[in-house]
Amino acid sequence: MTKLTLGPIAYHWPAEDRRDFYARIADEAPVDEVYLGEVICSKRAPFHEPDLPATIERLQRGGKTVIVSSLAEVMLKRERKATADLAALDAPEIEINNAAGLYARGRRPHRVGPFLNAYNEATIAWMASQGATHVCLPTELPGAAIATAAATARELGLGVEVQVFGRASLAVSARCYHARAHGRTKDNCQFVCEEDADGMPLRTTDDRPILRVNGIQTQSESYVDLLPETRRLIADGVTHLRLMPQAVDMVAVAGTVRDLLDDRLDPAGAEAALRRICDAVPFSNGFYHGQAGYRRIAAAAG
Amino acid sequence: MTAHPDTVPRTAVPARPVLARLSCLIVQPVLTRVVRRIAAQHPTLFERLGPHQGTDFVIDPVDLPFALHLRPDPRALVFRAVPRDAVPPAGATIRGTFLLLLELIDSEEDGDAAFFARDLEVTGDTEAVVRLRNALDDVDGSIAEDAAAMFGPPGRAILARLRRAYQT
Amino acid sequence: MSLAELICPAGTPAALRTAVDAGADAVYCGFQDATNARNFPGLNFTPDEMAAAVAYAHDKGTKVLLALNTYPPAGKVDLWRQAADAGARIGVDAFIVADMGVADYIARTHPDIRLHLSVQAAASSPEAIRYYCDNFGVKRVVLPRILTIPEIREIRREIPCEIETFIFGNHGLMVEGRCSLTNYLTGQSTNMDGVCSPASDVEYARHADGSMSSRLAGFTIDCFGADEKAGYPTICKGRYRAPHRPDGYYAFEEPISLNLSRLLPELIDAGVHAFKIEGRQRSKSYVRGVVSAFRQAVDDIRAGRQANIADLVALTEGQKQTQGAFETKKWR
Repeated sequence: MTKLTLGPIAYHWPAEDRRDFYARIADEAPVDEVYLGEVICSKRAPFHEPDLPATIERLQRGGKTVIVSSLAEVMLKRERKATADLAALDAPEIEINNAAGLYARGRRPHRVGPFLNAYNEATIAWMASQGATHVCLPTELPGAAIATAAATARELGLGVEVQVFGRASLAVSARCYHARAHGRTKDNCQFVCEEDADGMPLRTTDDRPILRVNGIQTQSESYVDLLPETRRLIADGVTHLRLMPQAVDMVAVAGTVRDLLDDRLDPAGAEAALRRICDAVPFSNGFYHGQAGYRRIAAAAG
Repeated sequence: MTAHPDTVPRTAVPARPVLARLSCLIVQPVLTRVVRRIAAQHPTLFERLGPHQGTDFVIDPVDLPFALHLRPDPRALVFRAVPRDAVPPAGATIRGTFLLLLELIDSEEDGDAAFFARDLEVTGDTEAVVRLRNALDDVDGSIAEDAAAMFGPPGRAILARLRRAYQT
Repeated sequence: MSLAELICPAGTPAALRTAVDAGADAVYCGFQDATNARNFPGLNFTPDEMAAAVAYAHDKGTKVLLALNTYPPAGKVDLWRQAADAGARIGVDAFIVADMGVADYIARTHPDIRLHLSVQAAASSPEAIRYYCDNFGVKRVVLPRILTIPEIREIRREIPCEIETFIFGNHGLMVEGRCSLTNYLTGQSTNMDGVCSPASDVEYARHADGSMSSRLAGFTIDCFGADEKAGYPTICKGRYRAPHRPDGYYAFEEPISLNLSRLLPELIDAGVHAFKIEGRQRSKSYVRGVVSAFRQAVDDIRAGRQANIADLVALTEGQKQTQGAFETKKWR
């Protein structure tokens, strides 16, 4: 049974918006698993961490499995501590996004997050030998490599996850580009990233939309949309499909993908529904097809 | 490090067609000998060029009355002087002062640095230029000295005078 | 006092000999394929060239470090294993790795050869570094260019391996090994293919007013005015427009290079074992100039003299240099 997951919120949505968002997800979204926690910027964590226990409880009551994700970048004392604290949790389901978390977790069970660069069967086998139970593959991995990686992971009893919706993470940095855009430094950012619920758009100087800035993260301008490739992914052994939260109706997005999985919609119908939900945002699947990530490759027959 | 003017001169030497053609005729035998000798001495150079052995490079020394056309195909080497009004369609064009180009060939000057400084201009197939640069950079010693040496002491004297003239 | 080894780039056999002759303690280089992060056209070494280069370097007492610092996509791991086996046969002094699967293979198959952790592994905390030391026997970590000197000093106290830091060259901004910007625009991946802004997708155009624009896969990265210095056509050094910056600005970083020549004594004091010069894609002229300048400076410092480092700004991107994160947290 293919599971539908909701990835961690990449943006700095206000605490109240997050509470509302997860309440709706808990009640209405047909997703099986939800990843929580701040992955991008450790400065944001204090704003929503107090809500975490209540959110977890709320989602579990709605029948969702909850996984807490760790920071992608770990450098400062507070980031090291946050990572160690998370790794110390008794919970079986935590997702680790940095080698510091692997170190702290030791051989106790954990999930491997998309920032850990599980690109190939050798790395996945190594990670499995160290207690990994599940691996989220890098977003830029092409389809053939996904199939090979998934085959190995399945043999080893691991869950295999691929992002099928939302902006791709293209880079992270020690520098905050939201702060920079506003003439500030990271230490004095005043949380200006809160203004951009779907990332701050960058256009080329000849006005072509290209990237989105989210604090220290750089994302794709396009939303990854692998709905046309979903059947292939499942046939190749992918067990979990990840939706990244964007500033669109995510309950509707989840419903559409669920309808596709349950054959209530065919790929073309699901695609059309997704297009209506996301308005004018460009969709892309280039990475899957081994081409430029921003590209939209027309579905081949079958 | 040699000082270069701040930007590549935008207007090349005024076109004087007769002079340009005459210059081409005079330098052509030299160019042919130089390129054959380099090819014979440095066969690995062609491997680094990979698929760009058949690319037409136009090397444009902005301060000379003619440009150079290079097709580094080991089976049919082309290296010839051409008047600017008769330059063939180029796969890639490299433009700078003659001495800078000479120093780049000899790795006395760093191509990226010259590019950053806007002394060097590259248009067309960028990969072709990068391959040519890397191929030439793997040649030990000085191609310019080798070439000058082919003409004995007068050749070396001309090269030395050329360098002095630029360094003032 | 640490050894302050000078680790120097070599993109071709001739550049390697140049670096050795200019006083490199070690040279790093790679094969002509995706197994290293400078898989650029016309660059790098065939196995035969590598063997000859290692012989030349060893003859002069210089070490050779083989960069195997990319991430094999599933199905292609053998290419990385074969490269490691070739390096072992040739007798390289260390492998520079990033991928855990590659590190695990080398640790098991070639346990007598040193493993260095590439900057591409992005290990920026003592815990992350210890993970690689404990599991793969890593002997040295190349630190990301995002840490201040006090932070490096603290890390040094908490890890069991040597530290290598970049001191000159490309000023990488994104966490290395986590950047898919190039792949997003070109379809070629920095992690999997070893490319960054591949030349085949780069296009320069000169305009009538003397300005020059650079494009990557059709996307405008920058346009330099007639009097402006230029930089590489990399996405992270491009000029863009944002809602608050309608006129365009360097959203990530301006064209600029790292130069830590003034910080060498502090870095040595902080416990840095080795200094890395970036630039395998650069010419022999760059290698000669930068390596000899830093050789002189390190020798001066080790002899207790004031280091008087040559001016290297002419070799820098945009003809500008910075001490980046090493100097101040404000860089972030």
